[in-house]
Amino acid sequence: MDLMEKLEILTDAAKYDAACTSSGVKRSSRAGYIGNTSSSVMGCCHTFSADGRCVTLLKVLLTNRCVYDCKYCVNRCSNDTRRAAFTPAELAELTIQFYRRNYIEGLFLSSGVCRSPDYTMEQMIAALRILREEYRFNGYIHAKTIPGAAPELVTALGLLADRLSVNIELPSEQGLKTLAPSKTKDAILRPMGQIRDGVRENKQEIAKYRHAPRFAPAGQSTQMIVGATADTDRHILSLTQGLYRRYGLKRVFFSAYVPVVEHSLLPSLDTKPPLLREHRLYQADWLLRFYGFQAEELLDETNPNFDPLLDPKCHWALCHPAFFPVEVQRAGLEELLRVPGIGPVSARRILTARRETVLDFTDLKKLGVVLKRAQYFVVCKGRYLEGLRFSPQTLPRQLAAVERKDLPTAETEQLSLFG
Amino acid sequence: MDTAYRYDGSLEGFFCCIFAIYVNKEPPACFQTADDPQPTLFPVRWVDTDAAQAQRILNSLVKRSVQAKELVVKGFLTCAPDREMMLYRFIRALYDEGPGLLRRLSDDAVYPLSKAVRHLEGEVQLLRGFVRFSEFDGVLAGEIRPKNRVLPLLRPHFCARMREETFLLYDRTHLEGLFYQAGQWRILPMEDFQMAAPDGRELQFRRLWRKFYDTVAIEARLNPKLRMTHMPKRYWDTMTEFQEDTAVLPEG
Repeated sequence: MDLMEKLEILTDAAKYDAACTSSGVKRSSRAGYIGNTSSSVMGCCHTFSADGRCVTLLKVLLTNRCVYDCKYCVNRCSNDTRRAAFTPAELAELTIQFYRRNYIEGLFLSSGVCRSPDYTMEQMIAALRILREEYRFNGYIHAKTIPGAAPELVTALGLLADRLSVNIELPSEQGLKTLAPSKTKDAILRPMGQIRDGVRENKQEIAKYRHAPRFAPAGQSTQMIVGATADTDRHILSLTQGLYRRYGLKRVFFSAYVPVVEHSLLPSLDTKPPLLREHRLYQADWLLRFYGFQAEELLDETNPNFDPLLDPKCHWALCHPAFFPVEVQRAGLEELLRVPGIGPVSARRILTARRETVLDFTDLKKLGVVLKRAQYFVVCKGRYLEGLRFSPQTLPRQLAAVERKDLPTAETEQLSLFG
Repeated sequence: MDTAYRYDGSLEGFFCCIFAIYVNKEPPACFQTADDPQPTLFPVRWVDTDAAQAQRILNSLVKRSVQAKELVVKGFLTCAPDREMMLYRFIRALYDEGPGLLRRLSDDAVYPLSKAVRHLEGEVQLLRGFVRFSEFDGVLAGEIRPKNRVLPLLRPHFCARMREETFLLYDRTHLEGLFYQAGQWRILPMEDFQMAAPDGRELQFRRLWRKFYDTVAIEARLNPKLRMTHMPKRYWDTMTEFQEDTAVLPEG
């Protein structure tokens, strides 16, 4: 089988993984080595595929042969599909040549479980070792640990990669039991805990010995599939929050379930991927990470799922009318961040600018505030924007109208407006 | 009396115009460069570029605020149509009001400049990813057509990332090229540059990349509008994934 065909098969098999970032570690270039990872804080998108997702790493599987039979997965052993495997040398050469041409920022390596978790991890380690040691590749590597592999293999992988990830896959143990019987919650969480502890210990070692080898310097991330099981948004979001707090994850990715296989336990093949739901979860994830929100504030028992027509921040604002309006001249950073239409960047600009000027609405627009949303929640010099008309009854409709044109159409069309 | 200032188009030349404005107490009506002298009703003053004068202006900016100097130097690289007047208004306000001006983000002397610089920096950030190199006998070459003069800001990034390589990055909009070899770099004016025909190995990697690019998209999620938001079409021309194999493999 030639390289072109292998690349096609192993990309196709890897593309449902959502994670694709090259952020979290700054490592400058070194004489005699290829590349660096210091491009910028946000990482670096090298292109965007036709589905609008950022491509920053060469995202492939080492092999799509797999001994497991997870029901939701294209690579499950009972699926009749073409199988292929890169040799470690082929993969290293491909990565280097793509990197030199500035196609990619590095490699994202995952794999089907070939023979056993340990054997698979050993193959991945061999490939990364060639890349790091023979080709002297100094760019970004994200590696996926295989659930059930021995702890010393996880350690070896972490010393070669910048970021490690263990996929949660399904947000509840019940889901795992029915759809991925060979994976257990414990087999997933144990390596996560190991990576967390490894990163912590490594920090202390580096403080003591400057040249101590780096263990997963860009931390770890995970992803879960949304829409394959009946879990609520509330469950997913509090799980996410727990992962950030207990396991110190850098990112949690959500992947709208794309039906790729027919199975009685799964949504049927003509189901559309729940893109809007995934979008809402990401919005909420941002609120947790950058806006100081808690999962419990966004969803509760009576409202276990996000409103498809309103983003989570607007939804929170509508549920807390007593918090508003916010006076931009005096409000603190935390308060400003709660206003729909104000983000971390514009909030900080407001803090800077108001030391010198008394702000009005034209100033806010120049500072990057999205007035279409913010106007209902802020006052300048004690006044709302002139000519603004709204009431608690009309506001949900007005806010939904702002966003509607940007949402995935298929899903919103099916919903009637506040029926 | 308002005067049209004509200079050589360099940053030093522009600083000398600022110097001349203050020395002669003649506010500018407009700025013109030597290669684009438009007829004007205002009296025209030609300003010679003098490194010492330019340095004095630069020092005086740094003395007021390092951040302001950064903004001016970057502002000069932007594609804002009236960038010299915009910079002049900013510098004047800075001298009049002091460094507190920099916090007045919505001020008419600051906002247009910081907006133009944000546009420049945004384009730099995108191009760090979107630049594509091809290999010709061990030398890498790439071409971009940016709106802003991004090469000076892309330089540190690519020189670090490709430290062991020899490369050329050509800016077709502003007709200049960044050359790098063995730790040394130059940005030089370059009237034209044509990429040589790729060899078999280069073509093979281009094809592999296109195969990867086409395969990695998920059909059920196709979203051309979202792709265009993140990656405006004007960048596509110079990107490998959107190019056809025009060159034919050399015989034999």
